Amino acid sequence: MSANELPPIDGAPTAPLHAPASIHGDGTDPAGRDTAGEGVWARAWRTLRKNPVAIAGFVIVALFLLVALLAPLLAPFGPHELPGRGEIRPTQIPGPSADYPLGLDRYGGDVLSKLIWGARASLLVGVLSTLLGLAGGVLLGLVAGWFGGWVDVSAMRLVDLMLSVPSLLLAVSIAAIAGQTPWSVIVAIAVVQVPIFARLLRGSMLAQRGQDYVLAASALGLTRRSVTMSHVLPNSVGPVIVQATLTLATAVIEAAALSFLGLGGGEPSTAEWGRMLTAAQQELAVAPRLAILPGICIAITALGFTLVGESLREALDPRNRTRR
Amino acid sequence: MLRLVVQRLLLLIPLLLGLSVLLFAWVRALPGGPVTAMLGERYTPEAAAAIEAEMGLDQPVWVQYGKYLGQLLQGDLGTSLRTGRPVVEEFLVRFPATMELTVVALVFAIGIGIPLGYVAARRAGSVVDHASVVVSLVGVTVPVFFLAFILKYLFAVELGWFPSAGRQSTTMVATHPTNFYVLDGLLTAEWDAAWDALVHLVLPGIALGSIPLAIVARMTRAAVSEVQNADYVRTARAKGITAARLRGDHILRNAMLPVLTTIGLQVGLLLSGAVLTETVFAFSGIGSFLAQAVFNADYPVLQGFVLLIAVVYALVNLIVDVSYGLIDPRLRRQQ
Repeated sequence: MSANELPPIDGAPTAPLHAPASIHGDGTDPAGRDTAGEGVWARAWRTLRKNPVAIAGFVIVALFLLVALLAPLLAPFGPHELPGRGEIRPTQIPGPSADYPLGLDRYGGDVLSKLIWGARASLLVGVLSTLLGLAGGVLLGLVAGWFGGWVDVSAMRLVDLMLSVPSLLLAVSIAAIAGQTPWSVIVAIAVVQVPIFARLLRGSMLAQRGQDYVLAASALGLTRRSVTMSHVLPNSVGPVIVQATLTLATAVIEAAALSFLGLGGGEPSTAEWGRMLTAAQQELAVAPRLAILPGICIAITALGFTLVGESLREALDPRNRTRR
Repeated sequence: MLRLVVQRLLLLIPLLLGLSVLLFAWVRALPGGPVTAMLGERYTPEAAAAIEAEMGLDQPVWVQYGKYLGQLLQGDLGTSLRTGRPVVEEFLVRFPATMELTVVALVFAIGIGIPLGYVAARRAGSVVDHASVVVSLVGVTVPVFFLAFILKYLFAVELGWFPSAGRQSTTMVATHPTNFYVLDGLLTAEWDAAWDALVHLVLPGIALGSIPLAIVARMTRAAVSEVQNADYVRTARAKGITAARLRGDHILRNAMLPVLTTIGLQVGLLLSGAVLTETVFAFSGIGSFLAQAVFNADYPVLQGFVLLIAVVYALVNLIVDVSYGLIDPRLRRQQ
């Protein structure tokens, strides 16, 4: 019954994404780390380790995580400090020097310090909003896929409704209610992600429902709850996890966009990448580095998450399954 | 075909009703309640009373909603708090600008994306193939407003090849019967005005077009790789068909279906991106007006624009669905 025992059929799209490990009933964990055979996640990890693209992605993400975590140690100045305040003239913003390796900005802040603290702010917003959005989407998708019927229909209509508004507009509208704080940016981005995750999980659960192992589990007399929770759900989360990784990239970009539009609140001199770009707008001709540096940080962070997500997608795709 | 259009238009009704409920609730959920939120520093007891009367805040919620819906049906989306003009009017004045920008962005994305994706798939592993991967990655990872910055800095500030802001040079004297500036110039035979407007569209168009470009290139590449190995392509080639016909009638036409779907879905992203791109280039379309509305807490504008943009988005996807039939005769029969 397990996909592992079947001969691998290359390019068979109907193969369950996830080896239904726990069907053996021998207490293997639902994440698929099967002691007898190799689960999908173990196989994916093996593929990822050999993929240079994935490694590059992991390195970028790890680097930014490290910078974000160690910001207090790495940054020469605090996030609100304006050490070069006296050196700023209306016509001149001092560039890189020994004291300020990446120069100063319009407010007299040290650009390097602000970029480092900005990594913390951006990653925090990106990770928290994606986790929140994931939780909400999984809950909604689970409820829809579990109950079916009118619950499913109304949940999916709600999803349609939310997707009918372009994402940034939805986020802007939500941030307007939540007030101009970093939290409202997190909530706004999370809410925008909910319909995407919900629809993905529901679709992938529906696809699993017709599988033989689900039928077998029901035939063995398992309750609907345990079939859903320990068989259908673990087999459906693959695409959702891939999407979550890719969403981290979008979340970092959208967070920057929302604070660029001024929805994150705080002073214009706040150490946040999107906010730094807003401030750099007026200085484009005088000091383009003020726009280029935070922009590159956003792009590289997004690149890291995208590379990890794309290689994870590839590794989890049953069509790319390789034999040992 | 007509049945499909009518069917899809009818499906729009529940969508818009749902959206109107959400937007109605949204205004009432604003911090401090609708009156305080809308007036802010402009608060006076008279103004507050006027808003309360207009929204019927002293009445039960369902009466208020009925009133709101009634106004919507009459095309009354409220008045901008900042300009004092009707929201619909503000939208219609600026919509042509955003539409021009979106069209330029799409032309750029399709014009480069489809050939790039096609060549990438036909010559897998070649330089073009690698270039298409890079383009796809850049489109996903570089924020559109940052790209707008870079383009503006390089080509407007440093090189001076293109104007850095606006829809038309301030010195340009031109008449605007339709508010589509390029079209206006052509209609009134003011060629220099049309050219000037077009030049202003280049940089924001490229910045905005970078998002769909990545996705169009990627989708085309995937679709062509799949189609080129299909049995009918092999058969056609075995029959001795010319390379041009094989390319056009057999590969591209079949590969275009999924690409077309994605293009329709991109319009939502484009409208989101327009908010940022128009802001960077001080381009007076619905996007930059929306960004200002956010900044000024002009909630009626926000509320009305979200609704109108959702309508535009839904209509574009309707057009895309209908156009499937034009490309794929099999679907025409089903419809």
